Amino acid sequence: MSALLGKLSWDALPYDPIVIGTLCVVAIAGCVLAFLLIKHKLLGVLWNDWLTSVDHKKLGIMYIVLALVMLIRGFADAIMMRLQLALATSGDPGYLPPSHYDQIFTAHGVIMIIFMAMPFMIGLMNIVVPLQIGARDVAFPFLNNLSFWLAVSGAVLVNISLGLGEFAKTGWVAYPPLSGLEYSPGVGVDYYIWALQISGIGTTLTAVNFLATVFKMRTPGMKLMDMPIFTWTCTWANILIAASFPILTAVLAMLTLDRYLDFHFFTNDGGGNSMMYINLFWAWGHPEVYILVLPAFGIFSEIVSTFTGKRLFGYKSMVWATASISILGFIVWLHHFFTMGSSANVNAFFGVMTMIIAVPTGVKLFNWLFTMYRGRLRVTVPVLWTLGFMVTFTVGGMTGVLLAVPGANYVLHNSLFLIAHFHNTIIGGAVFGYLAGFAFWFPKAMGFHLNVKLGKAAFWCWLVGFFLAFMPLYVLGFLGMTRRLNHTDNPDWNIWLYIALVGALVILAGIICQFLQLYVSFRDRAQNLDTTGDPWNGHTLEWSTASPPQYYNFAELPVVSDIDAFTDMKEKGTAYVRKESYAPIHMPKNTKAGIIIGALITAFGFAMIWHIWWLAIVGLVGSIVTFIARAYTSDVDYYVQPDEIAQIENEHLDNVAKG
Amino acid sequence: MLTRILSKVALALMVGLLAGCQGGVLDPKGQVGIEEKQLIIVATLLMLLVVIPVIFMTLYFAWKYREGRDEIYEPKWSHSTKIETIVWAIPVIIVIILGVITWKSTHALDPYKPLKSEKDHINVQVVSMNWKWLFIYPDLGIASVNELRFPANVPVAFKISSEGTMNSFFIPQLGSQIYSMAGMVTKLHLIANEPGTFKGISANYSGAGFTGMKFNAIATPTEADFDAWVEGVKAGSIPGAINNGILNQTSYESLAEYDPDPHHTHEPTPVQYYNSIESGVFMDNVMKFMKDHGKVELLKGTTFDSQMIHDNMSHGDMEHGEEMNHDEMNHESSEHSSDDMHTEAEK
Repeated sequence: MSALLGKLSWDALPYDPIVIGTLCVVAIAGCVLAFLLIKHKLLGVLWNDWLTSVDHKKLGIMYIVLALVMLIRGFADAIMMRLQLALATSGDPGYLPPSHYDQIFTAHGVIMIIFMAMPFMIGLMNIVVPLQIGARDVAFPFLNNLSFWLAVSGAVLVNISLGLGEFAKTGWVAYPPLSGLEYSPGVGVDYYIWALQISGIGTTLTAVNFLATVFKMRTPGMKLMDMPIFTWTCTWANILIAASFPILTAVLAMLTLDRYLDFHFFTNDGGGNSMMYINLFWAWGHPEVYILVLPAFGIFSEIVSTFTGKRLFGYKSMVWATASISILGFIVWLHHFFTMGSSANVNAFFGVMTMIIAVPTGVKLFNWLFTMYRGRLRVTVPVLWTLGFMVTFTVGGMTGVLLAVPGANYVLHNSLFLIAHFHNTIIGGAVFGYLAGFAFWFPKAMGFHLNVKLGKAAFWCWLVGFFLAFMPLYVLGFLGMTRRLNHTDNPDWNIWLYIALVGALVILAGIICQFLQLYVSFRDRAQNLDTTGDPWNGHTLEWSTASPPQYYNFAELPVVSDIDAFTDMKEKGTAYVRKESYAPIHMPKNTKAGIIIGALITAFGFAMIWHIWWLAIVGLVGSIVTFIARAYTSDVDYYVQPDEIAQIENEHLDNVAKG
Repeated sequence: MLTRILSKVALALMVGLLAGCQGGVLDPKGQVGIEEKQLIIVATLLMLLVVIPVIFMTLYFAWKYREGRDEIYEPKWSHSTKIETIVWAIPVIIVIILGVITWKSTHALDPYKPLKSEKDHINVQVVSMNWKWLFIYPDLGIASVNELRFPANVPVAFKISSEGTMNSFFIPQLGSQIYSMAGMVTKLHLIANEPGTFKGISANYSGAGFTGMKFNAIATPTEADFDAWVEGVKAGSIPGAINNGILNQTSYESLAEYDPDPHHTHEPTPVQYYNSIESGVFMDNVMKFMKDHGKVELLKGTTFDSQMIHDNMSHGDMEHGEEMNHDEMNHESSEHSSDDMHTEAEK
């Protein structure tokens, strides 16, 4: 161990041909991207208009780009696992030894939850929530930019682990004592800790930011019970984040102390107890799944009511159902370890609490059904995702309730049945929801439509692929196959493992369609511009802006008097009214501070992982100094002048009139 | 076309599920597993009462109210107290029924509860190690690695602990699993209703050699068969078997040794027997993490220390306040500084 490089040495470089190949592809892709940016002179645009932007819409788009990039990484892991399990049957060791395979399933879980689903959800929330409540940005625009860069920082650390050292070989839950120094002496768990810690702090800041935004910045006339349902579900998700992410921060900090300073919170000896970690982890981990899925529920609500051309059935029921799911979500964490030996009363209590969550969730499903009832459903891509979700998620909910029965859980816990269940709810619930929201709000955010054919193809591949990939896992769970096995020797399992691989390949086709759709839609964007800003005849305020929205969102804050505020305006004829004059608009300036702090924190995390103490000090002190410097800067805002506003607004209204 | 393919796939899955469940949790061979299978079926059927109509209504409403059909259109209709009452009531009723079933079944199937039987339980102490299972028969004075033997129709009482990482002791065809954790003892009660060889696994990932952490759980047809096996192990007369002699602290520690290098291949550990055991070896190794806080030397002998020990004990064996084996707990107590602790544990 040297003072200059810590634990870092030549040994940290990969020798696995799969990893080296991946790194080469990434390097080539990076060079091509850099070349294109330079060739088209886009580096300045990228820096000035995007990376340093505090505009919530641009940050939202960048979050979704991050999510899509990490989706590729996480899905590559998924395909590798399925291929390994399809090959490594009947005593064959397969192509991935445990030393590599164990990193892959850990990375897959961490990436898909923390660096794919979370950024996707937060990206949609960024784009939509301020627009839905008639705000010009979030409460703390710089903080929003900083949150994004902290999320990127975590993602960068996870990806560095591919090329330098290793990732955790503990499963994404990283239970001690396995994740302790004694059984995981390498840097893998340290990568895990710092990637989650840094991005988790970013997530907490996002929640605080958006809570302040919805509580303080709603447009005049919008009471809390007038907020669009997506904003409501995001608000509950943010309450959950604000309440649960600090638990993750604390539990990771304790694991850090165990690993770095010989503390004994979770070790076997020294008075430590790993059960504390498991409880704390799930006290965050269970709310986390509702953080992922509640906004998706909101997206489905918006889509169903928009495309049936109808008001949402049971708005109040929906809000209260969301509230009860959020609150109940905090008192069910023990169902993740019924098999730890708690008494029957404790297990039964947590089992019953978990089942109670099925009630508000069931109410939501019925409310979507009755929103369709006597509507005029336009079967668009977002609607396909919604219908696919309603069918798929119902099955996932059922298996979830089954797992909540302790007596059933005693035999199904940790089996592939459990894996099938949570993919059923996370893919069938959250991911389908994000992809629905992606198709729904894409024209709003980007100003042009997505290709419909490829969108439908993507949906069908995902849906069919999902059933092919995960229904066999339910069967395998019943057949007694546990999770995280590296190879199998039970001939009864083989057929199901093969089908699951086919399913994963069909999902791959769906993902390819999704990216192809992006490419084709971008290529043909000139023919598919959304000039009106209201492509779907929307209900809520985001559709009253241009597509993409004016950077200040609203020239004048709209005054609302209905839940479906924009529909109300269209009916009363107050939408699209030309104003005589405009007042100057107060707007935040872009800032370099976020990306600089992000870079310094990445250096800090990297240095902590490799015990390069001087760099850790530089990174941490540097980021704090940058933050303080930014806090003392007074040049953070400006006013948009009325002439410019009038010009932009007139152009939009002309387009609407033409459209 | 697509729906036809989907329905075919679904049918194939159903048939496969029913035909191919040999050896899994839907093919139980023990009372606990049989009851758990029944519970799974009842709960699933109950939930299907809601799930099937919801899926049907989703597809039916989407089809019936799609654009271009001349159905009733009520864009402003968004509330009906009657419907909302019903949609809250239906799941509430189902969950109440399921909740009652859950409460009762959780108590009935509590893994810590001894099974009702005319015969006495066979006591087995289970230790998960990296990456193998050690089974100690404290009353019979033998031990085995990666093979568990007991007579059919005789209940078995397991006390489970771990030498290091957390694992889960699981014989899918017999029923419940329970985590094994170092410094703590968990309990499980199982019975085989018929003779046979059942697969046993660790159901909680524990590191590089986890996949090979398998054992056979063999239910012998009669108790005489089992006794013969015990005698065979004691005499070291089982053909082809590896006999390791006595299981004492030294041989326990050498068994617990493992190759930590994740890049090496970790072959499953072969079955081996111990023809005698030093009494108390199980609890000694559970308690070694507690005594003076394990390998860590701190705060020795302070009141804080003993309080910690007391707290830690309550997580483990004493949780259900059951009887303790005196021989096991107090053996050679004069030599051990843990004597006071054992006494404490017995209170």
